[in-house]
Amino acid sequence: MNAPDLVLTVEGLDALISALAGTGFRVIGPTPGEGAIVHDDVSSTDDLPRGWGDEQAPGRYRLRPRDDGALFGYALAPQSWKRFLHPPRERLWSARREGGEVDLRPAPLPEERFAFIGVRACELKAIAVQDRVLLGGAHVDARYAARRSSLFVVAVNCADPAATCFCSSMQTGPEVGEGHDVVLTELVSAEGSRFLARAGSEAGAAMLAGLPSRPATPREVAAGAEVIAGAEARMGRAMPPGDPRALLADLEHPRWDDVAARCLTCGACTQVCPTCFCTTVEDTSDLSGRETARDQRWDSCFATEFSFIHGGAVRASGRSRYRQWLTHKLATWIEQFGTSGCVGCGRCIAWCPVGIDITEEMAAFAAGPEDER
Amino acid sequence: MAIPAERRMVDATTPRPARVLSRRREAEDVWTLAVEAGPQDLDAAPGRFAMLTAFGVGEIPVSYSGDPAAEGRVIHTIRAVGAVSRALAGLEEGAMLGVRGPFGKGWPLAEVEGREVIAVAGGLGLAPVRPAIRRLVARGERPTLVYGARSPAQALFREDLADWRARGVEVEATVDHAGPDWRGHVGVVPPLIARRVRDPARTVAFVCGPEVMMRFAASALLEAGVAAEAIHISMERNMKCAVGLCGHCQFGGDLLCRDGPVAPLARVADRLHVAEL
Repeated sequence: MNAPDLVLTVEGLDALISALAGTGFRVIGPTPGEGAIVHDDVSSTDDLPRGWGDEQAPGRYRLRPRDDGALFGYALAPQSWKRFLHPPRERLWSARREGGEVDLRPAPLPEERFAFIGVRACELKAIAVQDRVLLGGAHVDARYAARRSSLFVVAVNCADPAATCFCSSMQTGPEVGEGHDVVLTELVSAEGSRFLARAGSEAGAAMLAGLPSRPATPREVAAGAEVIAGAEARMGRAMPPGDPRALLADLEHPRWDDVAARCLTCGACTQVCPTCFCTTVEDTSDLSGRETARDQRWDSCFATEFSFIHGGAVRASGRSRYRQWLTHKLATWIEQFGTSGCVGCGRCIAWCPVGIDITEEMAAFAAGPEDER
Repeated sequence: MAIPAERRMVDATTPRPARVLSRRREAEDVWTLAVEAGPQDLDAAPGRFAMLTAFGVGEIPVSYSGDPAAEGRVIHTIRAVGAVSRALAGLEEGAMLGVRGPFGKGWPLAEVEGREVIAVAGGLGLAPVRPAIRRLVARGERPTLVYGARSPAQALFREDLADWRARGVEVEATVDHAGPDWRGHVGVVPPLIARRVRDPARTVAFVCGPEVMMRFAASALLEAGVAAEAIHISMERNMKCAVGLCGHCQFGGDLLCRDGPVAPLARVADRLHVAEL
């Protein structure tokens, strides 16, 4: 894995996609969807968002055309890879009642093997965070485990972060660190893109060995380092320094009221967040009541029902629900899972309909209650 | 990535079907089900809980109000207040329900040997306390119970209360509203606590009831000189998966299905005073 960088052409990347598909992977990559980058099935580089970038700001996401023909010239798709590894809805079991007996059948474990193309450093970190949550405890999510254990990751270093990005300050990017099988850095030029390629696993090395490639020149290696340095320099935001667990010492800070006055409690942030893992279950039955089933689906701590116990919701106010989300994401997550729940992708900022900015809120809390009051 | 095979096999999300052996009414809207026990139920130590499924309706957490290891059957006491609890409470003898568990941490019974136990329970909070008292009584100890109910008719496990009194357990019962026949206390639970703490340094408290009751009971115990480390409270939050994966049962940094439901006051005292946590 310490082999020198290789260079793949666009045709080489096509060969990688074909090789993955040929070995039974369902290959998912970025595609230019309707007004957004959408992770979807790809069969060649023709499906990639060639010449598209994105523009993100609080409450705003737009595609913008690029004039350089870059294949990975955007920052992030609205939806993370979570929707494949930890999907929005899945069947847990079904049961049939017959003559006083119950025949209960667990849903079969998923057999689909995913290969992801274009995973960013922050998103790899998010997958590692979900690994800790869903695989790191005494009990594992068996369906996530099945999908995760067969995953092949082609990461692509971020070249053009959005105004909402703050991975540098979270130490999660922009350079891909670990957790990938192959990492690519796109070198854009008038003759078309080339990709610096490096393996991150045995499987990745084996895959690269079978592709048409050549060793990178020192000049290309330097150009790759410049891509990452450029991304670092263009990072749009930063999380303020300091231990976020300080939040827990001031659960009655006036800023909670301030943010609650803006928050619509719609839960969009939790749906786009690549680490938010909360789920609920829904039981259904047919009209006879004989056939019943349980589905697991994404839930959100912004829903009133989320905290419902007999008599009502524990977190009835929007203030308490925003406080739960933020304190969990940045503080109690560390106690629970040994890592922050935030990777600095900025999706919660872009997809908040009123543009609440997690870095701005944290700056306000860090400024202390006296300045606020 | 590699996941150890023995952990991959664990799928705690699937219930096992179990049969209702009997059902009896405890109070107007409270029912006790006896359910056939499986091998897993031997781990149902007092204070832990199970997830019970009413097929086609849903699933809720329910504490063990009996001691399967001693009784050979599983006892759950359920107040019929929501769609699932009503469906469960309505299950007749012979009906099937789904069972997962046991889950969570129960009362620290092994640590209280030779100490004075005071149990403080409100309403249905007596259900998870009951098997703890039974175990203590069975091993010759004489715990104290302070129990509050809405009314004499709402008081649960009245046969047990009489039995425990006969075995030397000091039982103080109080009700919010009483008729002319009631000879016990009327009012809330916390003021009854102080007089029953005789040797605070040797006292351990088990507390379960509505959160507001637990908050005041905890204050009364602390004022009586019981250490926060020796006060154990059983917390309640919404629960879905019961195995630390769904995020619902958070109480500050605790996932109560994993880190509770029983927690030492020393760890959670500050959180009890934060509204809507």
